[in-house]
Amino acid sequence: MNKKVTEFKRDPFEIERKEWKSRQQKERWKQMLTIASPIFLLILWEFLSRTGLLDIRFFPPPTAIVETFVDMVTSGVLFEHVGISLYRIFLGFLLGVVPGIIIGLLMGLYSPVRHFVSPIIMALMPIPTLALLPIIIILFGIGDLSKVVTIAGSVFFPVVINTVAGVINIESIYLDVAKNYQAGKVNFFLKIALPGALPVMLEGIQMGQAIALLTIVAAEMMGATSGIGFLIWTSYKAFLLKEMYVGLILISFFGYLFSLILRGMQKKMVPWR
Amino acid sequence: MKNEPKIEIVNLTKAFYKKQSSVTALEDINVTIQDGEFVCLVGPSGCGKTTLLRILAGLETPSVGDFTILTENEARPLQSMVFQEQGVIPWLTVEENVAFGLKMRHVSKKMIQERTAYYLKKTGLTPFSSLYPKELSGGMKQRVSIARAFANDPEILLMDEPFAALDEQNKFILQEELLSIWEETGKTVLFITHSIDEALLLSDRILLMSAQPGKIIHEINIDLPRPRKIEDIRENPMMASKFVEIWQHLQDEVQNSRK
Repeated sequence: MNKKVTEFKRDPFEIERKEWKSRQQKERWKQMLTIASPIFLLILWEFLSRTGLLDIRFFPPPTAIVETFVDMVTSGVLFEHVGISLYRIFLGFLLGVVPGIIIGLLMGLYSPVRHFVSPIIMALMPIPTLALLPIIIILFGIGDLSKVVTIAGSVFFPVVINTVAGVINIESIYLDVAKNYQAGKVNFFLKIALPGALPVMLEGIQMGQAIALLTIVAAEMMGATSGIGFLIWTSYKAFLLKEMYVGLILISFFGYLFSLILRGMQKKMVPWR
Repeated sequence: MKNEPKIEIVNLTKAFYKKQSSVTALEDINVTIQDGEFVCLVGPSGCGKTTLLRILAGLETPSVGDFTILTENEARPLQSMVFQEQGVIPWLTVEENVAFGLKMRHVSKKMIQERTAYYLKKTGLTPFSSLYPKELSGGMKQRVSIARAFANDPEILLMDEPFAALDEQNKFILQEELLSIWEETGKTVLFITHSIDEALLLSDRILLMSAQPGKIIHEINIDLPRPRKIEDIRENPMMASKFVEIWQHLQDEVQNSRK
């Protein structure tokens, strides 16, 4: 009888199954924590604001912000601002990413181009595009175009730099393989250079996306009559802080959404990693 | 093995020029390799054996001297290289890797399909054909590299220590697999290794190289009948004495190269 019990205890799968179960439970606990943290923050905020521990004028409770959000949605103001901002971001992003990739690839593939262009890029990169906004407004007017150009200018640099880095850091053995197996120019570009540079290039695009959001808000604050940045700025000036918070939360939401979308695309585009 | 020269290397010298220290990597190399011969080039690391192979592969140019590879069929590429383990392209699937050379040469679709399928099967890779290399073990990756070279159907094959990164047991298995594929095609092979055992198993002839400047210092014929197995080499007292002979030739060179 006694012997049987010890034998049962020594069943390796039984022991490992218990281990596995406790590991699973720990994982679930961690997932709970991730979901709980923003909820916790919101509840804390609500509580502090409602009890007056935080000044309700500066920190309106989240529920009040949600109410304002619903009002703004139903009246249609919000769509106008969000729509125009998204349009500017999208266009500016494309206008920065596409030349960034093309120039980056040319610089990566042809070293004379790289040596000629890179000092110019290095010199221009440290200048914040926003500091150029006055000139951009003079050149492109106060309308959408100046905002689009500002975003494009900010997005361009991380994309071009990462594309160059992606190309020149392709391991030399792959270049040897291409040469040894007689890859022509087109095939070299399509089968070696482009896919080899892609992972680092996509990191640059991801960075560009984050910068595009930062830039649009600032650009719309400084010279615009619509958009999320304009909404934040005018609400602040009119002391409509609930409206201002709606704008801030929208920025946070779109930032998160865009990086999720780009991460998803990254997984699709580089399945070999 | 037919008795006609396939590769002829004549008075070949390769120097690398640097402002501080110029080195002569290869000095006055003269080698003739027969059609269908399997030749191993053995030498200490840094003796220039990889440089010689890269010159034949068209990846470097000789400083002085010449080499010719006899062309039998104009449609074939001159040579294909089996690279070390990292030579498999990570963003192409196993099948695309094997088909790489054929695709680059714009061979007909049907031909690509046939040859790729044949060598995938030969190397046991058919079930893995749609996987990416990251999902493969080191041995499997080298099978891809070997299949890619054979599928390309070159005049000669160049192999740059293809098994150096593998564990010993996998190495034995792949060596025998390589021999069986090679025996079927009868291609001329120049194979680089630092493993004397590997050279004894694979070669018809072993060329020994000295450390810098790289010269051919000795050659040894291995006339063991084929097909060979690893056991045949280990059990054969003649091969044991050849091992000792090679080691004695290389010993000083290896010591020198470490200084």
